[in-house]
Amino acid sequence: MQSRRETLKQSAVVAGLLAGTGLFPGYALAFNAPAFDAKSLADAFRGLGITAPQASKDVSITAPDIAENGAVVPFAAATTLGGVKQILFLVEKNPTVLIAAFNLTDNVEANVSTRAKMAQTSDVYAVAVLTNGRALFAKKEVKVTLGGCGG
Amino acid sequence: MADPMRIRAQAAGGNATVRVLMAHEMETGQRKDAAGKLVAAWHITEVTATHNGKTVMTAEWGTGVAKNPFMQFTIKGAKAGDKVGIMWIDNKGDTRSDEASVT
Repeated sequence: MQSRRETLKQSAVVAGLLAGTGLFPGYALAFNAPAFDAKSLADAFRGLGITAPQASKDVSITAPDIAENGAVVPFAAATTLGGVKQILFLVEKNPTVLIAAFNLTDNVEANVSTRAKMAQTSDVYAVAVLTNGRALFAKKEVKVTLGGCGG
Repeated sequence: MADPMRIRAQAAGGNATVRVLMAHEMETGQRKDAAGKLVAAWHITEVTATHNGKTVMTAEWGTGVAKNPFMQFTIKGAKAGDKVGIMWIDNKGDTRSDEASVT
């Protein structure tokens, strides 16, 4: 249980962070700028408030072994676990590692896919954040062929 | 106003699989133009999905999502005829919303 004082203090911190970026006016209050600007996995997890994500067989990631075109790489993540509140996609060696965060409700399945850009060959992480705060991930290496001619 | 989204929602086994294709540049802010100047980042930051008017999923996107973004998700308990709405906002404050029926 949070006291009112703590809540106010945290709101002020978040507002300060957003104002500090100068890029995001009021409409984007939910957008987590520190996490999306992060240059490393550790920073991204910190920005999201995730501590100690663990590898898990219960989370699956689907991505190609080799992506001929790094501009469009299909990713899919799924888990059979219940109580998933968020699914994240991260690419370790991209200039900004966090690709997307999907905030789920009980009315959707823990199974989402999207397409991302990849700068170079890298490990791709699919992270499932559970309502109890645990974070489980699966990772897969995707090789990006430069030039996109299938070499 | 941006171009319309293409939304397909298909009912299967009590759930509906929704596929969305949006029309957006998704500029990363890393690319340089012909004059060597950085092209400012321009990307979708937030996406909201609704089922019969009720929000079922939201997403936050960074610059790493591919141009003309695609996403797929599954709504539990959606039937043919239900309305699926998708709304996005980009970092310039542009917004677009579209709706489709589950088939």
